Amino acid sequence: MKLVFERSRAGRGTAYFPPLDVPAWTPETPLREQPPRLAELPETEVDRHYTELAKQTYGVNDGFYPLGSCTMKYNPKINEDMAALPGFTGLHPLQPEHTVQGALKVLADTEKYLCEITGMDAMTLQPAAGAHGEFTGLLLIKAYHKSRGDEMRTKIIVPDSAHGTNPASASMAGFEVISIDSDERGFVNLEELKKAVGPDTAGLMLTNPNTVGLFDPQILEITRIVHEAGGLCYYDGANLNAVMGIARPGDMGFDVVHLNLHKTFSTPHGGGGPGSGPSGCKAFLAQFLPGVRAVDGTLTRAEHSIGDVRSFYGNFLVVVKALTYILSIGASGVPKTAANAVLNANYMKEKLKDLYPMAFDHVCMHEFVMSLEQMKKDTGVTAMDIAKALLDGGIHPPTMYFPLIVHEALMVEPTETETKETLDEVIDLFRKVYEEAIAHPETMAEKPEHTPIRRPDEVQAARNPIIRYAFED
Amino acid sequence: MAVYVPNTEQEQQAMLKACGFADVRDMYRDVPDSVYLTEPLDLPEGQSELAVRRKIEAMAAENHVFRHIFRGAGAYNHYIPSIVHTVTDKEEFKTAYTPYQAEISQGVLQSIFEYQTNICELTGLDASNASVYDGAVAAAEACEMCHDRKRSRILVSGTVDPHILSVVRTYSFGRNVEVVEVPVRDGATDPEALKALMTPDTACFLVQQPNYYGILEAIEPLEQIVHEAKAKLIMSCNPMTLAVLKTPGEYGADVAVGEAQPLGLPLSFGGPYIGYMASTAKMMRSLPGRIVGQTVDHEGNRAFVLTLQAREQHIRREKASSNICSNEALCAMQTAVYLAAVGPQGLKTVAEQCAAKAHYLQKQLEEAGLKLAYDQPFFHEFVTEVPDAEQILKALEEKDILGGLPLDDHHLLWCATEMNTKEEIDETVQIIRSVVGKGAEA
Repeated sequence: MKLVFERSRAGRGTAYFPPLDVPAWTPETPLREQPPRLAELPETEVDRHYTELAKQTYGVNDGFYPLGSCTMKYNPKINEDMAALPGFTGLHPLQPEHTVQGALKVLADTEKYLCEITGMDAMTLQPAAGAHGEFTGLLLIKAYHKSRGDEMRTKIIVPDSAHGTNPASASMAGFEVISIDSDERGFVNLEELKKAVGPDTAGLMLTNPNTVGLFDPQILEITRIVHEAGGLCYYDGANLNAVMGIARPGDMGFDVVHLNLHKTFSTPHGGGGPGSGPSGCKAFLAQFLPGVRAVDGTLTRAEHSIGDVRSFYGNFLVVVKALTYILSIGASGVPKTAANAVLNANYMKEKLKDLYPMAFDHVCMHEFVMSLEQMKKDTGVTAMDIAKALLDGGIHPPTMYFPLIVHEALMVEPTETETKETLDEVIDLFRKVYEEAIAHPETMAEKPEHTPIRRPDEVQAARNPIIRYAFED
Repeated sequence: MAVYVPNTEQEQQAMLKACGFADVRDMYRDVPDSVYLTEPLDLPEGQSELAVRRKIEAMAAENHVFRHIFRGAGAYNHYIPSIVHTVTDKEEFKTAYTPYQAEISQGVLQSIFEYQTNICELTGLDASNASVYDGAVAAAEACEMCHDRKRSRILVSGTVDPHILSVVRTYSFGRNVEVVEVPVRDGATDPEALKALMTPDTACFLVQQPNYYGILEAIEPLEQIVHEAKAKLIMSCNPMTLAVLKTPGEYGADVAVGEAQPLGLPLSFGGPYIGYMASTAKMMRSLPGRIVGQTVDHEGNRAFVLTLQAREQHIRREKASSNICSNEALCAMQTAVYLAAVGPQGLKTVAEQCAAKAHYLQKQLEEAGLKLAYDQPFFHEFVTEVPDAEQILKALEEKDILGGLPLDDHHLLWCATEMNTKEEIDETVQIIRSVVGKGAEA
C-alpha cells in the first residue's frame, strides 16, 4: 500500500475555503522557513487511500473479536447517530451554562446511572481512558490520606495478575507498588495480603472478576483486610461487563472505581481510542474529585478537588454514546448483558477445555485463560503461533501472553453480542487449529499465510526505529 | 427495548445446561449471597431505539449552537470538509481495537505512521507518538518526560492556558514534583523572571505559542535561558498555526505538544480531542504511549507495527514511562484525513485567514472603543478591555453570537477563524457599538 505521501503530487488539492474577505495578515513574528511536507491530494485520492486502509483493518464489524480484557462487544449504530447530533458537536466547551443544559443533563444522568451500577456516590467523567481513570482514582486515595495527615501511606498493593496499567498508574500517582502473588487457584493469596498490609498501605488495586477471568469469592474478606489496615480499595472496572447488574463494587467494599465506557458500555474503540474512563467514589472521597460536575444544571467543582486530569469535561461524545446504550438496555438489560457475556465464555470454555488446557479449571466469568505451555514443550508451537493461525481462519485472535502469571497464555473474551452459531463455528476453528498444530507443528511458525502481510519483523522495528516517512527531497 | 444479546431465552437455557449450570445464580456461584443483587437496579427500563432517539434528541435540543462564534481559549471553530467524517465513520476504523495484531491492522497502523509524520513536519521535530488524551495531558506528560531525581522542578509560563496549567499541576501532585509559575509581563512571559527562577534543579520550562491571550511570545530569549541552564524547553503550540509560524524545532525546543482539535475535530463540548507530542530524536525513547514503526514482514514487504514497546506499561509495569494504554487513535486519523484533504496550501490558507480575520476584528473593535489589553503581536486571539463584559456578551447572545471569553468583568478574550465572514464581524462590532455607545448611530 502506498503511503499518503507517496500518492502526493505537487499542486494537487481541493479548494475548501472561500477567498479572504478582509485585509491580509502582515506577520510581525518569525515564520517557518519551509512549508510542512503534507500530502497534496485531490479528494478522490484521499477517499481511495483511506478506503484501501480500511480494507486492511479488522474491526468488530468484520467478525469475531475475542480479545480478552478488552470487551470487544458490538457497537450499536444508534450511539453513533446520537453523538453526531449538531446539538452536541456544535457546542463550545466554554459556552454559558444556560445554553448547554442538555449537555449538562447528559453528564448528570450518565453519572447517576453509572453510580447506581457500581454502587458509588459520585463520579467524574473527565478521564479519557481506563488508565487515566486509574490514575485519577489513585490521586483520590492520595488526597484522602494527605487530608488526614496520614502521609506515611505510600504503598499500593497490586496482585501479580493485574493489568500493566495498574502498577504504572500507581507509580505515576507517586506510590510504591507492592506486588503480591496469586494463590494456586488464581485468587488473591489472603496470607500474602495480610502480610503486605500495614500502616504504610495506601490501598489495594483489584480487578474482580480478576484478569484470569475468575470472580474472587473471598472479596469481602479482601476488602475487610485492607480497610482494617487503614487502606482504601480500588476497583479496576475493566472486567465489569461480567457482573454489572449482578453485583456492585460498592457493595463488595470498594471505595473507588474506574470504568471503561469503551468496553462495558459499547462505545467503539476506534483503533485505540477515544475511550472514556470515568472514576467513581464513595461519598467521603467526592470532595477530592477532579474537574467540574453537572449538579442541578450547574457545573460545580468539588471543595478539595485534586484539580483537572484533562481539559473540560472529558470525552463528551463518548459519554453521549454510553448514555444512549444505558437507556437502550435499561434496568433489566444490564444484568442480562452480563449474564450472557459470562454464559458465552463458559460455553466456549466447556467446548475447548478437552484440547486447550485451562489455566484455572473453575467456573469463569466473561473470559477465560488457556495455557499452551504443555504444547510448547511437546511440539514447540507457541501461543503466538496459535493466534497467528487463527488469523488465517478469519477471526481476531485472543489476547496473547497476558496475564503474565500464566505461561503461553491465550485469553478469550467472546462477549454477549455473539450468537451461539458464531461461537460454535469459532470453537470448530480453534479445534482445527489445535489438530493442525499437533499434526504439523513445523508449519505453525509460518502462520498466517492469508493476511495482507505476513508476520512482521518486530525486532528490526525496535532496533532501527523508523517512525516517520523519509521524504526524498 | 434494545438489548444487544442475540441468543434467545431457549438458547440461553440450552447453553446453561451444556455448561452444567442449574441456572444463572449457579453460574455466579462465586459471588457471595450478601452482594448478589436480588432487586433490579434503580435505572429506567430499557426502551426501543426510536424512544431512546427521541429522548437523546430532546437533550440535544436543549442546547444552543451559536450562529457565529468568536470564542476560542483552547477549543476552536473551524471548517471541517465532509470527507473527514466519512472516512472516520468507516466501521473498520471505528470498531477496531488497538492494533496488536499487525497482520490484520495495517490500515490503522499506517494511518498512525502517517499521522506521526504529519506531526513531525508541523513541529519540525524528529519523533511523534500516536497521540494522548488532549493538549493539556500532552503538556503534563511532556513535563513528566523531562524530570528526574536531580531535576525535579517544573517551570510553567503564566501565559499558558489555565486548563493546561491545572492538568500539569494535578499530574505533578501525583509525582510529588514542584510546579512554579513564571510571572507575566504585558501578556507575555517575563524573561527576567524566568532567568531568576532557573535553578540547577529545574527540569523544564513550558511555554505556549501563541499563548493563552493569543500573543506571539518572543521565544528566542526564553530558549537561551532554558538551555543555558541545561533544562528542557517544551512548547505547546496550536498545530494549525504551525502552517506558517516558526516551528518548535526551529526554535530549538526539546518537546512540542498541543491540542490538535483545530485539525478537523468538531468543538463537541470539549471532547473527544487529541493531544499531540513530538520530541527530538534524543528524547524519543522517553515519549509516552504508542508509537508505530516501519519494518518488513517475512516476505520482505513493508509493514507497520507498534514499536519501542519497552517504554510501555504492559511490559515495564511500574517502571513504564507512562500508564497510557488507550489513546485517541481515531482522532489522530481524523487530523490526518483533514490534513490530506486541505493539504499544505489549504492549512496555510486557514492559518492566514484566521490571523487576518482576527486582526480585522481587533481593528474594528478598537474603532468601536475596545482597547487592546496588551500591545503585543498576536495570531488569531487577543484580549480587549471592555466596560462591562456581561453586558456585551448578553447583547451578542441575543443576536445568536458567542462573544469572546470573559477573563474577568473587564476583559474579553476574542478569537476569529476562517469561519467568520467580514459581514458577521461587522455585524458583531455594530452590536457592540450599540452597547458601548460609541458610534451606535453610524
